[in-house]
Amino acid sequence: MNNFKELSFKTVTYIASLFTIVVLLGIIFSIFLGGTPVFQYVSLTKFLSSPSWHPTHDPPDFGILSLIIGSLLVTAGALVISIPLGLGSAIYISEIASQRVREILKPIIELLAGIPSVVYGLFGMAFLSPFLIRIFKIPTGLNIFSASIILGLMVVPIISSLSEDALSSVPKSLREASLALGANKWETIIRIVVPAAKAGIISSIILGFGRAVGETMVVLMVAGGAAQIPSNIFQPVRPMPATIAAEMGETVIGSPHFYALYGIAIILFVITFISILITEFIVMRKKR
Amino acid sequence: MLFLKNTMKKILYYILSIMVLLTFTCSGKIKKIKIAGSTTVLPIIQAAAEEYVNLHPDTDISVRGGGSSIGILSIINQIIDIGSASRPVNKQEIEMLKNKNRDLIETAIALDAISIIIHPENPVENLTLVQLQKIYSGQIENWLALGGKDQKLVVISRDTPSGSFAVFNEIVLEQKKVRSDALMLASNNAVATNVAVTPGAIGYVGIGYVNEQVKLISISGIKPETESIMNRAYPLTRELFMYTLASTRSLAQEFIDYLLAEQGQQIVEKQGYIRIKPAGLRQ
Repeated sequence: MNNFKELSFKTVTYIASLFTIVVLLGIIFSIFLGGTPVFQYVSLTKFLSSPSWHPTHDPPDFGILSLIIGSLLVTAGALVISIPLGLGSAIYISEIASQRVREILKPIIELLAGIPSVVYGLFGMAFLSPFLIRIFKIPTGLNIFSASIILGLMVVPIISSLSEDALSSVPKSLREASLALGANKWETIIRIVVPAAKAGIISSIILGFGRAVGETMVVLMVAGGAAQIPSNIFQPVRPMPATIAAEMGETVIGSPHFYALYGIAIILFVITFISILITEFIVMRKKR
Repeated sequence: MLFLKNTMKKILYYILSIMVLLTFTCSGKIKKIKIAGSTTVLPIIQAAAEEYVNLHPDTDISVRGGGSSIGILSIINQIIDIGSASRPVNKQEIEMLKNKNRDLIETAIALDAISIIIHPENPVENLTLVQLQKIYSGQIENWLALGGKDQKLVVISRDTPSGSFAVFNEIVLEQKKVRSDALMLASNNAVATNVAVTPGAIGYVGIGYVNEQVKLISISGIKPETESIMNRAYPLTRELFMYTLASTRSLAQEFIDYLLAEQGQQIVEKQGYIRIKPAGLRQ
């Protein structure tokens, strides 16, 4: 009887994990199936290197360089904001704060992750954008800068909580040895604890990158949606996820435009896939 | 414990009564009309469907958005009974119809004007179609060239798949491409909101979305008003269409007739659009 229980439990969990893999493979397969036909209409090099995105013009232009650059700039901006905030709060929570403060601070930062992205978007559109126009006297508040701020706030909890885990798991003996050798708290944190947790911190940043590059609602609402290569950070851009979200709903299934949107999805998938591979690689190397 | 039991009971009663109500309202409905398409036409259809179902309790109307292209495609593929669109069928769609050997019947049910809006503090009152083309194709960068203040233009457009974008592009841009630094926003509301908070902005929305927070300007001296739209003097007037298939008409036709009748046209007006038939005329 016990044997049967064990076997059935094994089978159930096995099927559950298998199911996830099947779904993942199915999604990958369908993206590539839906995206490859676009290359009948435009060559891969032109698709990736032309900045001109006019999918409904006659004849249409399917160049996504400006969309890729838009995505990367907004994501880079988000990391510039979220790395200091996330890492700083992680160090404070893990190394400096008292037990009580830690118990209050940690859930508050994690709560940031629970806010729906559309609420972030609304905040950016209705509050941050008019505010930036007034402060910086810029023509429009929907731009790389404002999208970076909002995205950065969304990524903070990811970097913060994962880095905090990495910092907390640094053995106490290392800290004690450092203090015993005469280093003060600041030196111990910067020279000993942070380098020891380096792998975990870097993978938290890469995961944050993956989150930011794929985030859709915020960039749809706040980035402005102009398919151009910007010359400064106060200009609007059209990141890849925003393009797919804005256009997929009203695009005729089976048209070149439809395939082109799937083509963008392939590029987006490849970018996030590579970022996850790097994370896995770092984590694995650390374990050895 | 007792208290908990009581609340649970109460909740159960509520759920049960709602379910009973639902079954009552659902039963006995045999005729179904499925409508999908343009988000511009959506408010009219929603309001009219409510009234129509009140008048004909034996009919059930389901209304969905999705956009003009989806509406036309769904009616061509016979997924729905009526497809709504804020633009006429295009070349590819006519081609598709020919291949499937089907005929669409086009009925204009209301008029809309693509209204050009700017920030309320902008002194400009009037633009010509040529100026609009130069603005949207990227040949003009500053309001100074248009008789306004020395202020950088912020050009706001609708996203490429929208029917408004298609009509605007055809009339204003002709064959030119929209400038690449134009903000492409996903809805009429997003355009109106952003024009209201952006001093150098210019954008276009359906006439139903013009509010006090933005300034409506005229084109070549003609403002989009009931009269100028009804006699098509306003250059950015467009018709809003309902498409049905010639083969499967009867029930859908009743609903379209209702929209064209005085009562339906009053709903059109109430939703902020312009009636296609003058008041008092009955079909």
